[in-house]
Amino acid sequence: MAALTIATGTGNWFSALALGVTLLKCLLIPTYHSTDFEVHRNWLAITHSLPISQWYYEATSEWTLDYPPFFAWFEYILSHVAKYFDQEMLNVHNLNYSSSRTLLFQRFSVIFMDVLFVYAVRECCKCIDGKKVGKELTEKPKFILSVLLLWNFGLLIVDHIHFQYNGFLFGLMLLSIARLFQKRHMEGAFLFAVLLHFKHIYLYVAPAYGVYLLRSYCFTANKPDGSIRWKSFSFVRVISLGLVVFLVSALSLGPFLALNQLPQVFSRLFPFKRGLCHAYWAPNFWALYNALDKVLSVIGLKLKFLDPNNIPKASMTSGLVQQFQHTVLPSVTPLATLICTLIAILPSIFCLWFKPQGPRGFLRCLTLCALSSFMFGWHVHEKAILLAILPMSLLSVGKAGDASIFLILTTTGHYSLFPLLFTAPELPIKILLMLLFTIYSISSLKTLFR
Amino acid sequence: MEKWYLMTVVVLIGLTVRWTVSLNSYSGAGKPPMFGDYEAQRHWQEITFNLPVKQWYFNSSDNNLQYWGLDYPPLTAYHSLLCAYVAKFINPDWIALHTSRGYESQAHKLFMRTTVLIADLLIYIPAVVLYCCCLKEISTKKKIANALCILLYPGLILIDYGHFHLGFALWGVLGISCDCDLLGSLAFCLAINYKQMELYHALPFFCFLLGKCFKKGLKGKGFVLLVKLACIVVASFVLCWLPFFTEREQTLQVLRRLFPVDRGLFEDKVANIWCSFNVFLKIKDILPRHIQLIMSFCSTFLSLLPACIKLILQPSSKGFKFTLVSCALSFFLFSFQVHEKSILLVSLPVCLVLSEIPFMSTWFLLVSTFSMLPLLLKDELLMPSVVTTMAFFIACVTSFSIFEKTSEEELQLKSFSISVRKYLPCFTFLSRIIQYLFLISVITMVLLTLMTVTLDPPQKLPDLFSVLVCFVSCLNFLFFLVYFNIIIMWDSKSGRNQKKIS
Repeated sequence: MAALTIATGTGNWFSALALGVTLLKCLLIPTYHSTDFEVHRNWLAITHSLPISQWYYEATSEWTLDYPPFFAWFEYILSHVAKYFDQEMLNVHNLNYSSSRTLLFQRFSVIFMDVLFVYAVRECCKCIDGKKVGKELTEKPKFILSVLLLWNFGLLIVDHIHFQYNGFLFGLMLLSIARLFQKRHMEGAFLFAVLLHFKHIYLYVAPAYGVYLLRSYCFTANKPDGSIRWKSFSFVRVISLGLVVFLVSALSLGPFLALNQLPQVFSRLFPFKRGLCHAYWAPNFWALYNALDKVLSVIGLKLKFLDPNNIPKASMTSGLVQQFQHTVLPSVTPLATLICTLIAILPSIFCLWFKPQGPRGFLRCLTLCALSSFMFGWHVHEKAILLAILPMSLLSVGKAGDASIFLILTTTGHYSLFPLLFTAPELPIKILLMLLFTIYSISSLKTLFR
Repeated sequence: MEKWYLMTVVVLIGLTVRWTVSLNSYSGAGKPPMFGDYEAQRHWQEITFNLPVKQWYFNSSDNNLQYWGLDYPPLTAYHSLLCAYVAKFINPDWIALHTSRGYESQAHKLFMRTTVLIADLLIYIPAVVLYCCCLKEISTKKKIANALCILLYPGLILIDYGHFHLGFALWGVLGISCDCDLLGSLAFCLAINYKQMELYHALPFFCFLLGKCFKKGLKGKGFVLLVKLACIVVASFVLCWLPFFTEREQTLQVLRRLFPVDRGLFEDKVANIWCSFNVFLKIKDILPRHIQLIMSFCSTFLSLLPACIKLILQPSSKGFKFTLVSCALSFFLFSFQVHEKSILLVSLPVCLVLSEIPFMSTWFLLVSTFSMLPLLLKDELLMPSVVTTMAFFIACVTSFSIFEKTSEEELQLKSFSISVRKYLPCFTFLSRIIQYLFLISVITMVLLTLMTVTLDPPQKLPDLFSVLVCFVSCLNFLFFLVYFNIIIMWDSKSGRNQKKIS
């Protein structure tokens, strides 16, 4: 019988948590899925049926390929498994094709790729060394962190209902963070470089990586008071880091450089024509800015300060993805958003450079970079809040102060994801799962830090 | 209680799993002309709302009893009426007389699922939570784990209508275990008036309460208790059946609908003795109706008599729960017109003893889910059933470390094996045998499931796989019947004292 337990491997609490959430994900297979489902089916079709030179030019469907090349290669590999499920989904002209086998395949591919996320969570649990509390399993920081990450509400509904592949991408990010904690900087840098070429949204947190690696890895020692010791600069390390990043980028963009398609790739990756805000406004600063602009324009019209003929007909609230002009306040350009973001991340970058506090300081800076980019970025999706929530979970089991900030961030962040699921059958699911996560996170962190 | 938040999380998990499973297809979806049990529930709302009470159980031009006629006691009818009022408020087309037959829409499915979820939330889940909290001699963590396992039991999640009767029965057990005999009996009477199959549990309730009255002394407090209980039972029955007591014909017709003795020994494929016997010897066709009735009656009562007599003579809470199991199992195996879903009436008491014999209970609950495989496949619930079974199994293994609890002591077979060893000194390998049986059973179940799903049955034997499933489950159930009876008969006060001393 003992052999059976070992064989099933389910005596271990971590495996039980991971298996449990995987089974829940299997139950979510028949739920509503958004247009992102069709997006990924289209990319499977593009990468399977067309040569590389066509990947970033193909425009039969409106959902063109707008992720970096590694993700395209990932879809290519997936498509070779997909052909055993349903050959028809790989036809570029089969728009909105969603047979039951297609659904099954796509959902299972997300669930399967989450294996990387589970591995990354396991590595992160090894890195944190929270308070030494009692022997009770459910009060150990490792247990709480595992639940907060594996059963994260935002990740569950975005990946397994709305449909995206964030699981393994966050797995890569958490793994690179874990490697930096474990002082395996080269691996961390490599993993992050790979991640960037899977989904370029992680550029939001690239400054944190850059500054941390430069300051704490390239300068091998500090002065006794913690400030920088210029003489300890290691050229070897800088060169090796540069080499890693260069090689990864070469692997990713090399083929397209050879085909002279780089401008096209970049225009697909950074579609600035899409407008300041997404169709569903992300709850960031520009949403408030737009709202203020709208209010002022209404007041202006009422008080006859504005001429009705000068006001543009289309508005930001029409739910379309386009560029708009503001009516009262000055219009916002991509450059302006970049400057705002840089100003916002400057304090944390300064701290990371002048007063490095090791990996924890890096993690804080990373979270702040993610949050600042979310607040001030151009065309931010609501789902980007997960970029701030997941790293913050690692901090939350360390200090009580971090825990309370984490609770506010995660509860409001998850609540802001509600509009993603607007169908009636999914309403109980999102309420129940939200309650589950919120109640658990508040109570467990409170118990941990009582 | 401390760790209330973990219990809340467990309840939320239970609710989430129930709702996500209910997003799948329902029984009889898109299958005219008869559809399935879902349509039956909708039809009862239609009947009870549009027709006067006197016509509910009678065949008429408005109420065709062949098309899902009401065949449950009045409380089900009242519940359907309540749901019908809500349905009328949202969309009257759902319950319009005649025209709403076979009505299927996304909104209606949502409505039906929501009524089921609310029913579970109000009656069944609080009973489970309270029951687990009232368990004695186990830690808070184990109580919460126990609640999780009970709420994750696949059978009750996959069978898609509200389990009011099981909820009420659970309140009944809870009341009686906590010495609130009157409330417990009231709850159980309501359960019987909701679904007549609860009569499977009636004997243990009766014997236990009778035993309690005897213990208190029939000349004093015991007699008072007996009278009070009798009054409660009679009062609750009268209250529920009031509209039907006005005429003798009404009452008789309702009874005829509830107990259709004309239907035969069994219908379809069910994992009980008669169906399995039928494979070898077609008793359904050979023997005349009344002989079949007598045969099933006698065998049922013979198999449950020992346990019930013991319960009257030595009433104990533990004996009560185990007798519930063995009694319901006897009825399931030997009774008349048993439906596959009736295994749930056995599963509920087994869930109650999960904390005492985790290994055997988990095994039983897995077999009970497996025995419903043909039904689940018909309703296209393969994925949810596999997923929930695995989730339940993992929950039980992690919470109770069941594979480490297979010694004789843990299986409550110590006194039995001591008695046997008086005659057969070499009888020391009981737990080893049971472990091997478990392995064989699980492997058989997995293999049969795979075969049923992937292969097509041969032309000459189209029902081969369903019959095999029923046969294997029946063998397992017979083993469990013997096991539970052994526990009951060999459970003695001295055994419990020994445990306290050591």
